[in-house]
Amino acid sequence: MIRLEHIHKVYEDGFRALEDINLEFTEGQINVLIGPSGCGKTTTMKLINRLINPTKGKVYINGEDISKINPVSLRRRIGYVIQHVGLFPHMTIFNNVAVVPKLLKWEPRRIERRVNELLDLVGLDPETYRDRYPSELSGGQQQRIGVIRALAAEPSIILMDEPFSALDPISREQLQDELISLQENIQKTIVFVTHDMDEALKIADRIILMKAGKVIQEGSPEKILRHPANDFVKDFIGKKRLKQSEKVPAVDEVMIENPVTAYPTRGLAQSISLMERRRVDSLIVVDKQKKLKGYAPIFNILEKYTEEEQTLADVMKPFEHVVEQGTPVTVALDLMSTHQLPYVPVVRSQQDHTFVGVVTRGSMVRLMADVYPGQGNEGV
Amino acid sequence: MGWISDYILFLQERYTDILILLGEHLYIALFSVILGCLFAIPLGILLTKLKRGVVTSAAFTVANIFQTIPTIALLAIMIPFLGIGMKPAIFALFLYSLLPLLRNTYSGIKSVDPGVIESAKGMGLNAGQRLLQIELPLAFPYIMSGLRLTTVYIISWTTLAALIGAGGLGDLILSGIGINNKFLIYTGAVLAIGLALLTDFVLGRVEKKLSHVSQAHSETQA
Repeated sequence: MIRLEHIHKVYEDGFRALEDINLEFTEGQINVLIGPSGCGKTTTMKLINRLINPTKGKVYINGEDISKINPVSLRRRIGYVIQHVGLFPHMTIFNNVAVVPKLLKWEPRRIERRVNELLDLVGLDPETYRDRYPSELSGGQQQRIGVIRALAAEPSIILMDEPFSALDPISREQLQDELISLQENIQKTIVFVTHDMDEALKIADRIILMKAGKVIQEGSPEKILRHPANDFVKDFIGKKRLKQSEKVPAVDEVMIENPVTAYPTRGLAQSISLMERRRVDSLIVVDKQKKLKGYAPIFNILEKYTEEEQTLADVMKPFEHVVEQGTPVTVALDLMSTHQLPYVPVVRSQQDHTFVGVVTRGSMVRLMADVYPGQGNEGV
Repeated sequence: MGWISDYILFLQERYTDILILLGEHLYIALFSVILGCLFAIPLGILLTKLKRGVVTSAAFTVANIFQTIPTIALLAIMIPFLGIGMKPAIFALFLYSLLPLLRNTYSGIKSVDPGVIESAKGMGLNAGQRLLQIELPLAFPYIMSGLRLTTVYIISWTTLAALIGAGGLGDLILSGIGINNKFLIYTGAVLAIGLALLTDFVLGRVEKKLSHVSQAHSETQA
């Protein structure tokens, strides 16, 4: 785990690049540092391999203060990928990938095996590519080599400084996808710098948004989209993306607020006539305090119909799935489709179980049609 | 057609002298250039590492001044300090070789993509490894072209070294002028030109063999 404590960085010309940065980069996740240019995101990343030393404050890797580690040996333990590829143009692909293992004095046979393995990992045939020079490869292929070169000596931390920003959009998408699937296998702690919000939202497990040397907000992409901390974050995310996430309405908007309910003390014959009148096939059972108790489907009632002493309390079944007010419709939709439910009750909160309404497939369809009229055209 | 047989006769008589002078010429020129390399290339590298621009521009100014002194004048200036003969000649030519070598080494290393340097640094190459494994190989074509340029014109200027008694092919030309012998003049001139061209060719081959970058580039173009 990487921890930054009270980091300040002031350059010789007095520029305050970082002010009191306190961060933790989660192990085994893709941590994305994002912000406008000059916000200090790259500076923050370079603190980790000591390409930049803080003016004040400490950086710890697994509890170890890195200012006490020799920078050269520290860097050999940390993978590093930069924007403009940074492959060594006078070395073959093999030698490029083998740089750090060679510095670490691995056995030649082990290096050979490792390079071949890595080339296979990114779908470049070792036989074809290992003896080529970087200039003979496409931009996307070059950056694949850049990525596997960082992985070569099996570091647990990888720093990536806008690695895909110089690529064409198609290669960029491909490499992002590859990075995500690669990460599933390798589970490294990745610190990824970008200024591209789409990229961040796509690959990040955690986003750290910076501005003018300060951390403005950090959290999962979902959290940042849903709860932007301030106007800067909103602006940076962009109206369009915010709308997309806001557009998913809460269940409150689609639920039927006055569905057919009955008290548990109601007799079965009474219940049948109520159902007849309201043309429903099950009753939602709530008590006098409007607490949700369960539901009574028509077949359960008919089964016991002959027993005159029975009430709804005896035949009803508890709800296995309820949603709280404010839950996105998509969650309710998910529940309904995975559990084959005709409807889901909405409660004020899971604790107090006060019944407020019910979401049915029918109610949802109507809203979907209202809210997403031009979805196909926008290509969202 | 009489002059051809005359010339062959001339060569038969004088070839040992000519070969000795050719050897001297090569010795003076190469010695100056090698000395120049030993001095200018490390200095050029050092200048790229200095943060103070003042030192760099001072070094270039000094090298520039040497370059502007007329050859004959510089050779003459050497006499009071180093006397006559090979020593002052080699020293003067050494001074001439500095600027192109210095400039090409400096700009060669400066031309290395900062991204490459940064990734080398970030991967854990120390300063020495960066210089030997990254900067020098990448600056090599520049340094090499500086070396070729220097060698070619030092070889031609070495003919003037004969003026201060250093020997070399200049001796042939000077004595040819003295006794009005065309054979001597042409032989000296042609050999000096041939030597310069041959050296350039050989260095060109060496450059091609050692430079991986140009190799890779020519492959992509093919």
